[in-house]
Amino acid sequence: MLTALDKKLLQETAGLEEDPPGAYNIRKDGEGIQRHSLPGIEIVPKKDKPGIDIIVEKDRTGTVHIPVILTQSDLSDLVYNTIEIGPGADIELVAGCGIHNPGHGEARHDGVHEIFVREGARLRYTEKHYGEGEGKGKRILNPKTVLVVEPGGYAEMELVQIRGVDDTVRETEARIEAGGHLVIYERMLTHGEQTARSDVVVNLLGEGSAARIVSRSVGQGNSRQVFQPRLVAYGPGRGHVECDSIIMDKAVIRSIPEIWAESAEAELVHEAAIGKIAGEQMMKLMALGLTEGEAEEAIIKGFLK
Amino acid sequence: MLNLIHVGLELDTEEGKIRILEDINLELGKGKMYAVTGPNGSGKSSVARVIMGIALPTSGNILFNDKDITDLGITERAKLGIGYAFQHPPRFKGMRVVDMLEIAMRTGEMADCQCLRNIGLCPDDYLERALDASLSGGEIKRIEIATLLAQNPKVRIFDEPEAGIDLWSFEQLIDVVGSTHREDNVTVVISHQEKILNMVDEIILVENGMISMKGDQETIWPQIKESAECECRNSCTREGEIYADCPR
Repeated sequence: MLTALDKKLLQETAGLEEDPPGAYNIRKDGEGIQRHSLPGIEIVPKKDKPGIDIIVEKDRTGTVHIPVILTQSDLSDLVYNTIEIGPGADIELVAGCGIHNPGHGEARHDGVHEIFVREGARLRYTEKHYGEGEGKGKRILNPKTVLVVEPGGYAEMELVQIRGVDDTVRETEARIEAGGHLVIYERMLTHGEQTARSDVVVNLLGEGSAARIVSRSVGQGNSRQVFQPRLVAYGPGRGHVECDSIIMDKAVIRSIPEIWAESAEAELVHEAAIGKIAGEQMMKLMALGLTEGEAEEAIIKGFLK
Repeated sequence: MLNLIHVGLELDTEEGKIRILEDINLELGKGKMYAVTGPNGSGKSSVARVIMGIALPTSGNILFNDKDITDLGITERAKLGIGYAFQHPPRFKGMRVVDMLEIAMRTGEMADCQCLRNIGLCPDDYLERALDASLSGGEIKRIEIATLLAQNPKVRIFDEPEAGIDLWSFEQLIDVVGSTHREDNVTVVISHQEKILNMVDEIILVENGMISMKGDQETIWPQIKESAECECRNSCTREGEIYADCPR
């Protein structure tokens, strides 16, 4: 039975109002509490360790929700999920973790995802992080994702963390085979004393493989962020990395995009920028009647959209 | 409606104080259209910026409907009904045209898209576009004008609306600035364009941070006509020869 708090966390992380459409698995405080498979989309618990296997059959289309919620203090949840998107399948997968930490101890979720996008398959993957709670206990999220995109496959990952999570280290590693495409959109806002680190390594292996990483972040308060996306091309692959940050207050942001070509046929580009909100932008919005605070909010909201 | 009384503006720089505006006196009446003109760097935009509150005057007073607004900030002035279309509108990463128009209309959602059609942009093509570097200079300028039309303030200031806009759109722009002007508006257009100077009730000439002349079009235009036209051929020399290809 889901409590009102559970429902709020599910709403924040997975946009769920009621039972998810399609297949789903809801994990709460270290245990799977609701699971629903569909023909061609099977969700089974792992036998040797905590976590699930999601197996999508060839040419299957549909949606899968696998939210994780933590509602206790002094809890460390480690989970391994393996996701297999069969050849030609087209799947929307919504992951994400919501933490409500009521106490002063840590609430921590470490998720390890292994994702296989088989030949010609398409995956849209969204992972939202959300944290809240009245206690002083830290809310910690450390997701690790290993992704393989097979020939002709397409994967789009949207990774979102707006406020609420105290410490996060995100590791993403991808292997893109011939004709495979990967797009990563990363959006982050940290404030207070929060820290966030995101390391992405994308290996472009085959001919016609392509990747684009777009990272947008806002650092407020005394928070600290480090972005280190690396694109490596071993053959005729194309890649673009774009890191763009708004820095405010006393925040610290490091942005270290790296492009690495092992082939003369590779085409790789990176861009990175860190800057404060431009004075002219503030003045423009204030001249439309917004207060300074409202103008700042409108600019950040647009930037992280 | 709007009065500037002995308005001066000085800026502190590393080399000391720089005088931008000095003793500006203006009475802008309800229902009237004005053009502010003058050479580059003369202080035209600064007049607009002190009216909007982007720069606060270092001397003098500004009255709006007899209320002293000299110390009010940008937001308060906007809420009173003063609006300003920037000469160089800023770009915003991620913010869309529709977001900006909704902020301008203060409604939360777009009631209609007439303001975009008025300046020759198809709403279907532009509402969802990001207000970023993907827009050309002319497009961003036209959207800026549409934003002021959507805001529909009592005092409307257009800062060189023609800059960066092609000739065809320029005609349309003049029409829309004129046709949207109402009895309870004050419209101020900062411009060098003869067609704009011809459509207003009064021309204000700003030179060296001061108002050197003001009056109706028939009085002022003959006197500034020469300086508004190109003097490049007379004054510009290159290696001793008269440089024939005037860039203006």
